[in-house]
Amino acid sequence: MNSRNYIKIELPSRSVNEGIARAAIACFAAQLDPTLEELGDIKTAVSEAVTNAIVHAYPDSIGRICLRGRIMTSGELEISVRDWGKGMEDVEKARTPLFTTGGPERSGMGFTIMESFMDKLRVRSKPGKGTTVVMRRTLEKRRED
Amino acid sequence: MEIRAKESGGRLTLYFSGELDHHAAKEVMRRAEDLLDRYMPLDCTLELSGLSFMDSSGVAVILRLYKRLLNTGGRIWLENPQEQPLRVLDISGIERLVKITTTAKERGR
Repeated sequence: MNSRNYIKIELPSRSVNEGIARAAIACFAAQLDPTLEELGDIKTAVSEAVTNAIVHAYPDSIGRICLRGRIMTSGELEISVRDWGKGMEDVEKARTPLFTTGGPERSGMGFTIMESFMDKLRVRSKPGKGTTVVMRRTLEKRRED
Repeated sequence: MEIRAKESGGRLTLYFSGELDHHAAKEVMRRAEDLLDRYMPLDCTLELSGLSFMDSSGVAVILRLYKRLLNTGGRIWLENPQEQPLRVLDISGIERLVKITTTAKERGR
């Protein structure tokens, strides 16, 4: 595999795991010596992706979520969130700002935040099969002086 | 996630601290609405200096409180968000509806 290091965690889709997922990825990303702003962006993007899986993939049940972090040979950080839940008919529609099928505690901003805070975002989904979100972010080289 | 309330002269200040995500949002909403029912404020300030993390669920909470105060002719504004919540607030465009202020002391840092 084209990576320097990786982490793979499986979580049940309970909302308490939103905080655990972003803390785990923050811990993993720390080896790249990110700035506070970069770390904040990464945690926010993970939080949105995992929350989407919890709210939309498994609306009436508890299912599996697989969270991966990967440091590529290029130094880029890649994060993926996969579920085996409901899936989406229309990914483009789901990515539209302010579009939501979630409850009153969702704002329809999730994908917009992932897109803004990460460099690349790819979403693959199939109704009845599940969804995979892959995000990449290049961290600025810190000056070593 | 915790909320403390302080009222003076028809103005309610809610101090948010901890992490506001989807997991915390429902309870925060219920707590905040209870406090609005109890104090019936004209205006409400959300003091965010103790809020270490917020995602789009936090935006939804603030929007709902905004609408709720709007219905009774009140206003809501946000004070002293830390850097990460501020970045989320900036992207959400919520500042068109809700004013975000930073106290002079904070700005000098």
